[in-house]
Amino acid sequence: MTTVAVKPATMAQALRRALRDAMAEDPSVHVLGEDVGTLGGVFRITDGLAAEFGDDRCTDTPLAEAGILGAAVGMAMYGLRPVVEMQFDAFAYPSFEQLISHVAKMRNRTRGAMPLPITVRVPYGGGIGGVEHHSDSSEAYYMATPGLHVVTPATVDDAYGLLRAAIASDDPVIFLEPKRLYWSKAPWSPDEPAEVAPIGRAVVRRRGSSATLITYGPSLPVCLEAAEAARAEGWDLEVVDLRSLVPFDDETVAASVRRSGRAVVVHESTGFGGPGGEIAARVTERCFHYLEAPVLRVAGFDIPYPPPMLERHHLPGVDRVLDAVARLQWETES
Amino acid sequence: MKESSTSVQEPPGAAGHLSHPPPAWRPRTDPAPLLPDPEPYRVLGTDAAAGADPALLLRLYAELVRGRRYNTQATALTKQGRLAVYPSSTGQEACQIAAALVLREQDWLFPSYRDTLAAVARGLDPVQALTLLRGDWHTGYDPHEHRIAPLSTPLATQLPHAVGLAHAARLKGDDVVALALVGDGGTSEGDFHEALNFAAVWRVPVVFLVQNNGFAISVPLAKQTAAPSLAHKAVGYGMPGRLVDGNDVVAVHTVLGEALARAGRGEGPTLVEAVTYRIDAHTNADDATRYRAGDEVEIWRAHDPLRLLEHELTARGVLDEDGIRKAAEAAETMAARLRDRMNAEPVLNPMDLFTHVYADQTVQLREQAAQLRAELDASAEEGSGEEPGEGSGEGRTEGSGEVR
Repeated sequence: MTTVAVKPATMAQALRRALRDAMAEDPSVHVLGEDVGTLGGVFRITDGLAAEFGDDRCTDTPLAEAGILGAAVGMAMYGLRPVVEMQFDAFAYPSFEQLISHVAKMRNRTRGAMPLPITVRVPYGGGIGGVEHHSDSSEAYYMATPGLHVVTPATVDDAYGLLRAAIASDDPVIFLEPKRLYWSKAPWSPDEPAEVAPIGRAVVRRRGSSATLITYGPSLPVCLEAAEAARAEGWDLEVVDLRSLVPFDDETVAASVRRSGRAVVVHESTGFGGPGGEIAARVTERCFHYLEAPVLRVAGFDIPYPPPMLERHHLPGVDRVLDAVARLQWETES
Repeated sequence: MKESSTSVQEPPGAAGHLSHPPPAWRPRTDPAPLLPDPEPYRVLGTDAAAGADPALLLRLYAELVRGRRYNTQATALTKQGRLAVYPSSTGQEACQIAAALVLREQDWLFPSYRDTLAAVARGLDPVQALTLLRGDWHTGYDPHEHRIAPLSTPLATQLPHAVGLAHAARLKGDDVVALALVGDGGTSEGDFHEALNFAAVWRVPVVFLVQNNGFAISVPLAKQTAAPSLAHKAVGYGMPGRLVDGNDVVAVHTVLGEALARAGRGEGPTLVEAVTYRIDAHTNADDATRYRAGDEVEIWRAHDPLRLLEHELTARGVLDEDGIRKAAEAAETMAARLRDRMNAEPVLNPMDLFTHVYADQTVQLREQAAQLRAELDASAEEGSGEEPGEGSGEGRTEGSGEVR
């Protein structure tokens, strides 16, 4: 192993580096969005790109999300590879008609003649003290739209690797960035970024034998912390980081649950109509005879995202995860 | 923002001076040159007609005759069950033909669902143009082949696409202009606003043609806008608005030509409002008598685009009875051929449902495709011949024994 300086980097730095490297390697990659140019984005993910590549490659657009995504469609039609930044989860909603009626469907509508390699970056989720409309977990809307890939990193390595994969994809990718992990740190070398599995592969972050926590994005650190705390209760929890909600890695998830026999899905998104219901159904369909207990969900409550002074009551935390694990019918164990 | 009142560095002179006008304000654009003319621009029936190139007029005439016949034929195909629906452009042929013929080979057309005639006049196979309305697929053609974007059903959503494509072409240094079509109802959509704003801010080589046919299905223009005209909306974006008689094919061709040339010179976008009229109902499924008086249609028939041009040409002696007959015969041949081809059952392959969702099929879609394959095979084994998608004249399904 070569000795590269592996200093701690933040997820934000890794995302920025991914954009920079993609733009340097491929002149068809264009970044556009609100405040992405001079300011470098409100989260500074595009910092320095306009200076390095020019305003035509990293463009401050008018403040209009449908227009941004609609223009990106036209740019992709002409052979460019646009990377769109939506400033916050809830600010992406005006672009939904373009997303659902055109971005997701264009390949299908044209029998493959007009694929749209567009990446839509969406900072999502809560936990940063944002006032209303700044903390939504909008992944279920995207998951319900065939034609989109939906991915979300939870680690610094994946932030770089998955964003590079998203930009390289010939299909539209919704790239959900857990904004409360932007400043999370891990040893990471921009000169030798870790290999990341292609879009569609989950990864086991922690091996365990008692039960599987199935999670993604902002809830991964919560689950890892819960798994550590669970050792005191005598539970050895496995933690699966989905990374890709669409396509869904049934294989990795089912293999884990078959080993452990119990599963809890953990996410910030609402429980009703949220990703957890789909995941629980898929696990049950594939692992029924291995399950010692029903698949449980720990999710955000079915409420509009709360104001910042109350959000800690809403977000799934370690205790709520452990409570769910405790309800996995351990009494059936001999 | 936290600011200490004592630590603020006051700008020079600020303490003693007061600026009554807002300091940063300046006029951004002189609105006067952007304003549309008070009356729609016309050529036919005016002195300007004398200067028009006879060869171009005859070409426009032949296309108008074909276009009118295309509309009546497509409407007839709905009655025969060969089209699921047809939104007719009868009465709007001048806009459709002028839009198609004014474009250069390398330019792009962004049509809405009512603009299949423009696509056909640009060179697209009419059967491919009508695929969406027959219902055997969504887009029946490769958009790159004739540089015609997919027919857009969601209103005005194609306009930002035109902006993005023309923007990309300019970034690449290509001499390409995009022409985007929209109706009067579509101008109320948010995407209309956003597209025009982006186009003007970025000085994109794009032209927006609003075919103001008076109605958004049943809703008249008066309930759609309070603007002086739709062309006036351009001024708010900082681009010129042009008002043209949409039934005067020469006038539309001229105005679009000027706007496209302007865009090609890098001078930015133009909004063109063509004043026209939808002679037919919204579609064959609509009943226009519920919302408009019959004499209104008759009034507009006196301003028929085909008759206007025909009158001009015969009055100038450029067109005679023989020429009229030949144009009608050519249109009839086109219609007969279209009818014959549309009477052939489209070949359907249900497995196509899964083919173009993603570049690489997901595991889940492979499983679902296998399920449908098994259902098709099972129904074939039963020998009923009643496969999903077959029967009731919906089209012929490929034999399920076919191996893909």
